[in-house]
Amino acid sequence: MLGSSIKGERVQSVIVTPFTEIARELYLGFIVDRARRRPVMIASGEGGVDIEALAKMSPGNVLKLDVDPLTGLRDYQVRRAVGFMRLRDKAAEEAVKTLKSLYRLFTEMDCELAEINPLALTPEQRLVALDSKIILDDNALFRHREFTRPSSGSGLEEEARRLGFSAVELDGDIGIIGNGAGLTMATMDMVKLKGGSPANFLDVGGGAAEEVVDKAARLLLTHPRVKVLFVNILGGITRCDEVARGLVSAYKAVGHGKRVVVRLMGTNEEEGKKILRENGLLPYDSMEEAAEVAAGLAR
Amino acid sequence: MRHMAILVDANTHVLVQGITGRQGAFHTRAMLRYGTRVEAGVTPGKGGQSVEGVPVYDSVEEALANHPSINTSLIMVPAAYAADAVYEALDNGIKLVVIITEHVPVHDTLKFVRYASLQGARVIGPNCPGVITPGAAKVGIMPGHIFKQGGVGIVSRSGTLTYEIAYAVTLKGLGQSTCVGIGGDPVVGMDFIEVLEMFRKDPGTEAVVLIGEIGGDMEERAAAYIRETNYPKPVVAYIAGRTAPPEKRMGHAGAIISMGAGDAESKVKALTAAGVYVASTPSEVAEKLSKLQGYSKINR
Repeated sequence: MLGSSIKGERVQSVIVTPFTEIARELYLGFIVDRARRRPVMIASGEGGVDIEALAKMSPGNVLKLDVDPLTGLRDYQVRRAVGFMRLRDKAAEEAVKTLKSLYRLFTEMDCELAEINPLALTPEQRLVALDSKIILDDNALFRHREFTRPSSGSGLEEEARRLGFSAVELDGDIGIIGNGAGLTMATMDMVKLKGGSPANFLDVGGGAAEEVVDKAARLLLTHPRVKVLFVNILGGITRCDEVARGLVSAYKAVGHGKRVVVRLMGTNEEEGKKILRENGLLPYDSMEEAAEVAAGLAR
Repeated sequence: MRHMAILVDANTHVLVQGITGRQGAFHTRAMLRYGTRVEAGVTPGKGGQSVEGVPVYDSVEEALANHPSINTSLIMVPAAYAADAVYEALDNGIKLVVIITEHVPVHDTLKFVRYASLQGARVIGPNCPGVITPGAAKVGIMPGHIFKQGGVGIVSRSGTLTYEIAYAVTLKGLGQSTCVGIGGDPVVGMDFIEVLEMFRKDPGTEAVVLIGEIGGDMEERAAAYIRETNYPKPVVAYIAGRTAPPEKRMGHAGAIISMGAGDAESKVKALTAAGVYVASTPSEVAEKLSKLQGYSKINR
């Protein structure tokens, strides 16, 4: 098994554990529930399954309890979950400990999800965690230096992450740079609507400075599949003059043979447009018009 | 000048927490130019300085002692310190806290959003552009000149996409009553439904624009609210991310199609079923609105 590949992930290590005889499989988990704006505890007497599917099919078999993030998991909630999973005596005592520890892990390690699935009940009434899954909050990694991020994703995504912005690689030929996730997605959607095919999603984020834009533009201008670079910037916290300087610098260095379409609007717009014009790049006012031009150039 | 609007208006007196930072100072200047009453700023350790003529204090308590009219705080401190800044504002009785800061840990947000609700205070954000009532006050980082006073209320999960659509609305000769950027994180303070409810009661708002994106089910819940309340004002929506692939975080922490849920199609379907017109481009939002406005004027 070592060195083989499962679902695209290379197996780097294998845990060997004693065979566990299973009397019953359970599910225990904590998630950050976006809609309820609370941590939610999920427990079920049926483990080893897709818990969301089970919750939809037979909601009576899944217990969901809101946890107050300020006061934490209460003992009565723990008792309720243990009773719901039909655990008694020694197994109940172990479940209390497990639930409290899992909640501690969930909060102290800043998890978006912490689940044990399945949690096995042995014929001897012992609980054994057979498998588990944890999703960490990227935004909290600054206070968890103990975690290192495994490298994953395509070359472009990896490189973009190292440079400090978020990118997703797609299979088209029009490179996309936008500021703000919503506008960048809308830019992709618009390019597609105009008959073009986006090569990527790249959000330079709020307040991107000259060197950030420069790096982002270089990354896409040197990408072998990118024929046209479409930059769509609406300045709020981002300043158009800085964007323009970054773009010009990247274009002069590595832009040979590539077409660049720029839409620039917002904070320090006039200065940004002036910088672009002085360096042979034509700024557009309308996102729709710019997307049409970009799609046309790629054809 | 209109005196009443939702969330921020001519009676809004702003404190900027994190005023001495590069962005804090830049946007304080922009807010002042817009006519917003920025009364004071706070940066621990920088008390006694001033930014653009606005006095800086070491603590919110000191700022409030010297400027008792402050009723709104704008948070522009780094993510690691954002939660503390929010608690400092709430503990000093400020009832509207707008959090611009991006990358706030979600467990921090869970806590201060809950804390604010117990205090009867409102939190907008994190990871949001703020709130603007054109012609009255701008509490945030949006470019003021693209907005115009009018009757369209805008509520959005996105920052720059809001500017795109608001500007298209302005170019059509319409204007905005108030624009609320609720933030792009998975957990935020005010949500679509709370803002829709405020727009429903606001006499200055004639139509509403809802700007959503992939991830979560806030748009679907808003659709259910619009249907169930037989929402009395026309709503036009735009949903970003129709071309986004599944299981990939698209910039915003909250923008991810995960485990088969949160895709654009489901949101478009739910909103359409609730009688909301879902535009396919940002500029189409404005086109649709101008037709609606014409219709309502004819019938008046």
